[in-house]
Amino acid sequence: MDVLQLIVSGLANGCVYGLVAMGFVLIYKATEAVNFAQGDFMMLGAFICLGLTNPQFMGLPFWVSVPIAIGIMGAFGYALDLVVLRRMFGQSQVAIIILTIALGFVLRFVAGLIWGHEPISLASPIAGRDVRFLGVVLGLDEMMVIAVTVVLTVVLYFYFNRTKLGVAMQASSQNQLAAYYMGIPVKRIHSLIWALAGMVAAVAGILFASKGSIDPSIGLLGIKAFAAAVIGGFGSLPGALLGGIIVGLIEPFSGRYMPSGYSQIMPYLLLFIILVFRPHGILAQVHQKKV
Amino acid sequence: MRTVFKTSYDADINLFKHSAQRNWYILLLAFALALPFLISSFAIGEATNLLIWAIACMGLMILVGQTGQASLGHAAFLAVGCYANVLLQERLGLPFILSFPLAGLIAGVAGALIAMPMTKLHGVYLAIGTIAIAILTDDFIVIATPLTNGVMGLFAPDISIFGYGFNRYGNPVGLYYLILGITLLVVLGYRNLQRSPLGRSFAAIRDSEISAQAMGVNVARTKAVAFGISAGVTGLAGALMGHFAGIFNNETFNIILSIQLLLAIVIGGLGTIHGAFFGAAVIALLPQTIAMGRDFLNKFMASGSIAIPGLEAAIFGGILIAFILFEPQGIYGRWFKIRTWFELFPFYRRDMFRRQKSYLKTERMR
Repeated sequence: MDVLQLIVSGLANGCVYGLVAMGFVLIYKATEAVNFAQGDFMMLGAFICLGLTNPQFMGLPFWVSVPIAIGIMGAFGYALDLVVLRRMFGQSQVAIIILTIALGFVLRFVAGLIWGHEPISLASPIAGRDVRFLGVVLGLDEMMVIAVTVVLTVVLYFYFNRTKLGVAMQASSQNQLAAYYMGIPVKRIHSLIWALAGMVAAVAGILFASKGSIDPSIGLLGIKAFAAAVIGGFGSLPGALLGGIIVGLIEPFSGRYMPSGYSQIMPYLLLFIILVFRPHGILAQVHQKKV
Repeated sequence: MRTVFKTSYDADINLFKHSAQRNWYILLLAFALALPFLISSFAIGEATNLLIWAIACMGLMILVGQTGQASLGHAAFLAVGCYANVLLQERLGLPFILSFPLAGLIAGVAGALIAMPMTKLHGVYLAIGTIAIAILTDDFIVIATPLTNGVMGLFAPDISIFGYGFNRYGNPVGLYYLILGITLLVVLGYRNLQRSPLGRSFAAIRDSEISAQAMGVNVARTKAVAFGISAGVTGLAGALMGHFAGIFNNETFNIILSIQLLLAIVIGGLGTIHGAFFGAAVIALLPQTIAMGRDFLNKFMASGSIAIPGLEAAIFGGILIAFILFEPQGIYGRWFKIRTWFELFPFYRRDMFRRQKSYLKTERMR
């Protein structure tokens, strides 16, 4: 029955990757910028929640600090676009990639300065409890991660298809100029997209933190999430989640059935194969390029 | 401001635009040659480090600055060059003078082979593909432990050419001159590449892939060649880095190094040889500057030695963000503007280098 346990823990990890990957895709779809600091957003969200919750810092109740942390990350994303990224409008994609990589360095430094570089665990009520299900022991934290991800995906789906703001975001991501003509405030929409990505990252971070201890270098997990986004298809939200789950499932299984040393390269090997044979991912959304 | 009156087609591709420019570079060369007599042997070591970084930056510049392909995985080619050089010397007993160019060749071939499937990729996908290469290289070095000695690392022997030894500690001035010579050769090769049809097709691909294709440039092959040359030069730098560091293992050439290399050439100024040197100066001298600044602060605050982890990377990141926001052309671009201000005085205008307002040019395939 340990196959089931492997599947559940892989799914839980995969959901975190998928959520971070969704942040990438949200920003990429809407603004064509690639946020390499998305992993560090996740780290920051986790640490803000930890700073509010843990008794050695603020000591607020967990369920109070979660919405506050999500709100702070949303405001952070909005402000970042307003102050920094709006100036980059029209510059090449590579410039924005480099900018966000540098931003990641700075965020990691700031987090290390405030919360230290030692691993800390979040005082979360769901950590470390077990659920017995059909004779197997599953972690409550892992089940919770999967459940929250499913709920969040459904919410985002309805947000993008049913609400006015969501449809406006879709419109401005498909054709900025046409969206301008239709009276959509594209600049503000971009800022709101960054805010949304920050909030999704905060959720991912809190979920990740409730599964184990965190330190400022967990932001580098963003690279794995990035691989997930590319595997799934960079332009599609379901693709990002799918890619995250694939990467999450590959890890425990290759760790179990392959010699050590080979297991951690499997996600990147898969990424490489996907890039060579299906460069736009499993759920590609690509048509002919116009000049 | 000197206006060159062009009387032949060669004036467009001459090594120097005019004789004054040539004289300035001769002066710079004389300064570089006289440097060991002016500064201490510790500073010579730093200058040598700077030159090695400059070679690596030029290697990446050929790809990013000339051809417009972003690579976040060039540490992989540093590693290939470094390991190939030392293994050729130790396992096959080749002398440095053979193993060094061979190491560059091996890195170049590896780069071209890796590039072949990746030439289809654009922008983001290329960046993530090269990141995957960088991460895989780290793990492959561990997997190939019998050859590479894995996490234990390898020792680089002293460089020896025809019985004359070069060592960082025993003979720093000799090592400096050796690496200065190699740097000059690479600069000359880079300049000649820029002036050749191949270099012009690189620039055509950078500026517009589709128009390059329309002009008859074989885009996929040229990109692979650019990758190969770039990886080759980077491999040479890697071989020198190995000799300079003395000992290295799989973690010497990690993903952070690749990112730093890319950040360095952006700070220096994309697309120019000067930019490679400026970027190398920033990356090679920043740790020393921070250490000196910390000592300076300690003198006043008397707080003992404070070590803040990640400070270096954060300062580097801060500098980079400032450059991308306020001076996207890097240090070289700023220097060029200052120079023009003096040359045109008092006719310089603020908006002289202002690019026309550009709207978001989509790179996404739709």
